[in-house]
Amino acid sequence: MINQKDILSTIQMIEQQHLDIRTVTMGISLLSCCDEDINSACSKIYDKICRYAEHLVPVCEEIEIELGIPIVNKRISVTPAALVGAACKSTDYTPIAKALDEAARTCGVNFIGGFSALVQKGMTEADQNLIRSIPEALSSTQLVCSSVNVGSTRSGINMDAVRLMGQVIKETAWKTREQDGIGCAKLVVFCNAVEDNPFMAGAFHGTGEPEKVINVGVSGPGVVHNALKELKGAPLDEVAETIKKTAFRVTRVGQLVAQEASARLNTPFGIVDLSLAPTPAIGDSVARILEEMGLQVCGTHGTTAALALLNDAVKKGGVMASSSVGGLSGAFIPVSEDEGMIAAARSGTLCIDKLEAMTCVCSVGLDMIAVPGDTPAETISAIIADEAAVGMVNNKTTAVRILPTPGTAVGDTIRMGGLLGDAPVMDVHKESSAEFIARGGRIPAPMHSLKN
Amino acid sequence: MAKNERQWGKQMNAIITVVGKDRVGIIAAICVKLAEYQINVLDISQTILQGSFTMVMAVDISGASLPFAQVSEGLQELGKEMELSIHIQREEIFDAMHNI
Repeated sequence: MINQKDILSTIQMIEQQHLDIRTVTMGISLLSCCDEDINSACSKIYDKICRYAEHLVPVCEEIEIELGIPIVNKRISVTPAALVGAACKSTDYTPIAKALDEAARTCGVNFIGGFSALVQKGMTEADQNLIRSIPEALSSTQLVCSSVNVGSTRSGINMDAVRLMGQVIKETAWKTREQDGIGCAKLVVFCNAVEDNPFMAGAFHGTGEPEKVINVGVSGPGVVHNALKELKGAPLDEVAETIKKTAFRVTRVGQLVAQEASARLNTPFGIVDLSLAPTPAIGDSVARILEEMGLQVCGTHGTTAALALLNDAVKKGGVMASSSVGGLSGAFIPVSEDEGMIAAARSGTLCIDKLEAMTCVCSVGLDMIAVPGDTPAETISAIIADEAAVGMVNNKTTAVRILPTPGTAVGDTIRMGGLLGDAPVMDVHKESSAEFIARGGRIPAPMHSLKN
Repeated sequence: MAKNERQWGKQMNAIITVVGKDRVGIIAAICVKLAEYQINVLDISQTILQGSFTMVMAVDISGASLPFAQVSEGLQELGKEMELSIHIQREEIFDAMHNI
């Protein structure tokens, strides 16, 4: 029999340290739904999603009860909509977003991702149509998430797309200004986007994926934080070992849930994402783990090093716990979704420049960052370009999810509630990047030798 | 999908944990409930941890008369009546977390 101490420690992790499964995401290919007529494409999309995912939520709820662990989100990701829309004569893809929204509601999931385009090397007409449809699509739906991949290590950065995305983000914020610009919380700009990411807002079902698939994202900052509390003053290699062991346990639960869900839904298991995903709840913060390592406030000198250790140890611990690892895998640092990050940003210690440095060593990027409402589109494009360059050169996924909510200024807080949390508006550099962004074109792919 | 249709082998074990203030008749009350559900107790261990009554039971639920969700609900209700926290979880989660 399993040791009593182990059983009680599991219960404690779940009840007091917020151990949960962050998301079970079903990926669904929509390539079979292409149609010249957008309305018939939409009804095919709705039908296919509902057919595949109708049992997703009840099955996850069943697993939650049997294993006694919360599965916080049940979600769906689909083939990038630009690929599905390419066959349509229509140039406005908002109806596709509405069909996705409706299907998500019918299935009872809380987000559906894949109103997406992959334009790292160039934009097709369909890609442009999709990107131009994003503001209207996100303002007229509630559950749809959108992402655009603007760069990759192999193809460089598409600066025309970067320029366009700055404008699209501003327009999305404006169109959803009545709801604090929440549209932008559902829009991610990627470099090196992955095809099997279960996390929103950046999830989409890549073309290399099977017909349908189950991907699982785990969580557990509270568990890691708690484990480190017993290591006051210990050398960092001991800290890393403890994080590895904890990540192993957390990931094993993810693997178990993934296998169960996959068997019961008769859907192949894809990957477990070895993530450390925070929530705004007290005791579920990545920033507090870094502070537990000995930093007074997250964002001060030493933060990047502490985060590098954390991120690497999470992967090393998790990789043995799962038969198939993928997605974004690493510690997330979404500012508005992490109680410790919010506090650090409010105190002024955590600024965008430091966050950018932190994204060099962790998953994913400048995430859920509120900037003043009057930030020019070019500045937002330049922030995207910087972040994409970090990803491109370091051969990793990076992303920008930025909230320029109209009418806000530094010191304000955007309150989105729920998992999206509260975002303190952070300062950006005032000096213009407009001429750089206006150039457009491409930043060529980097060298892969002579590394320095 | 019905709970009993699944392929977990003959025996399906679960772990029941009970934490709360010690008093007379906790084990008796729980065992009566389990007998009602046709659940066989395999092992019981009990201690007082930091002043709290703490009991861990291994049970076989393969012959249970009700689906898992209803058993879990029934035990939670009993817990409320007796001011105890009672949980039932399939053994696999503990196995996964603590055994390689």
